[in-house]
Amino acid sequence: MATPALSHFLSLGAILFALSVIGIFLNRRNLIVLLMAIELMLLAVNTNFIAFSYFLSDMDGQVFVFFILTVAAAESAIGLAILVVLFRNRASINVQDMDTLKG
Amino acid sequence: MNSTTALFYVFSAVLLGAGFGVITARSTVHAALYLVLAFFSAACVWMLLKAEFLAIALVLVYVGAVMVLFLFVVMMLDINTDAFRENFWRHFPLAGIVGALIALEMTLILRGGFDLGTPKPLPADMAGVANTKLLGIEIYTNYLYPLQLAAVLLLVAIIAAIALTLRERKDSRHMDPSQQVRARKADRVRIVKMAPVVEAPPAPPPAPQEKA
Repeated sequence: MATPALSHFLSLGAILFALSVIGIFLNRRNLIVLLMAIELMLLAVNTNFIAFSYFLSDMDGQVFVFFILTVAAAESAIGLAILVVLFRNRASINVQDMDTLKG
Repeated sequence: MNSTTALFYVFSAVLLGAGFGVITARSTVHAALYLVLAFFSAACVWMLLKAEFLAIALVLVYVGAVMVLFLFVVMMLDINTDAFRENFWRHFPLAGIVGALIALEMTLILRGGFDLGTPKPLPADMAGVANTKLLGIEIYTNYLYPLQLAAVLLLVAIIAAIALTLRERKDSRHMDPSQQVRARKADRVRIVKMAPVVEAPPAPPPAPQEKA
C-alpha cells in the first residue's frame, strides 16, 4: 500500500459523520453544541467530496465543496443570530425550554 | 508505509479525537476550541488530497471567521452548562448503536465498490496547472450562475443576521427620517387666542416705612 486509498478517506468521513450523529444524541439540550455537530457533519461530507474529486481527477467535487462552505457559513451565521435572539427572550438555550408551539 | 500514509493516519487520528472532544467537552468554550482543532486537521487531510485552495479557505473562513463567531456567542451568553450535563450519558447506548450502524453501513459499501486505487491521471491540458487556477477556471466558466446565487445567499445571510439581532436602544439619541417627514405644523405650533388687553397685576403692598 503506497498511499492511502479512496476507501480510507471515505471511511474517515463515515466515522466523523457517525461521531457527529452521536454528538447530536448526547448534547440534545445544548443548542450551541448541536450547531457545532452539524458543522462537523458538513466537514465529513466535504471530505468525501474532495476525496472523490481527487481520485476521479474531476474538479466538480471541489466546486461543490466551495458552495457547501458558502451555505454552511450562511447557516451558522443565521443560526447563531437566532440563538442570540432566543437567549435574549428566554434567558436559556436549552432545547427543552423551547416548547411554545407544543399544543 | 510512506510519509503520505503516515501523515494521513496522524491527521485522521487528531481529527477524530478532536471530533470526540467536541461532542463530549464539559464546557462549551472547550467544545469550540476542539472544533477549531478538528477543522485544522481536516484542512491538513484536504492538503493530502491536493485541494490546496479549499484547505486554505477552510482555515481562513472557518477557523478565522465562523469559529470566532461561535466563540463570541459562547462567551457573550451566560450559559449554565451544569444543567446540560445531567443525564448526559443516558442516551449513549442508543446513540452508540445508531452511530456504529451508520459507520458500519457506509464502510461496508465503501469497501466493496469504491476502491479506485490510484487516482486517474489528469487530462493533458490540466496537468501542471495549480489547483487554485483549475478551480477558478471551473467556477468562472461552468458555474458562474451558481456562484452569483451563492453571493446573493451570503447577502441574504448578512441582512437576516443583522435584522434578527438589531435592537432598538432606548437611550440612544438619533434622528428618525420617517418621523421627520411625517411632522406636521399642527403638531409643533399651537396658536392661542389671547385678549388684547391684560389686566395689570395688583400693586405690591407698600414697603414698610423705615423709622429714622
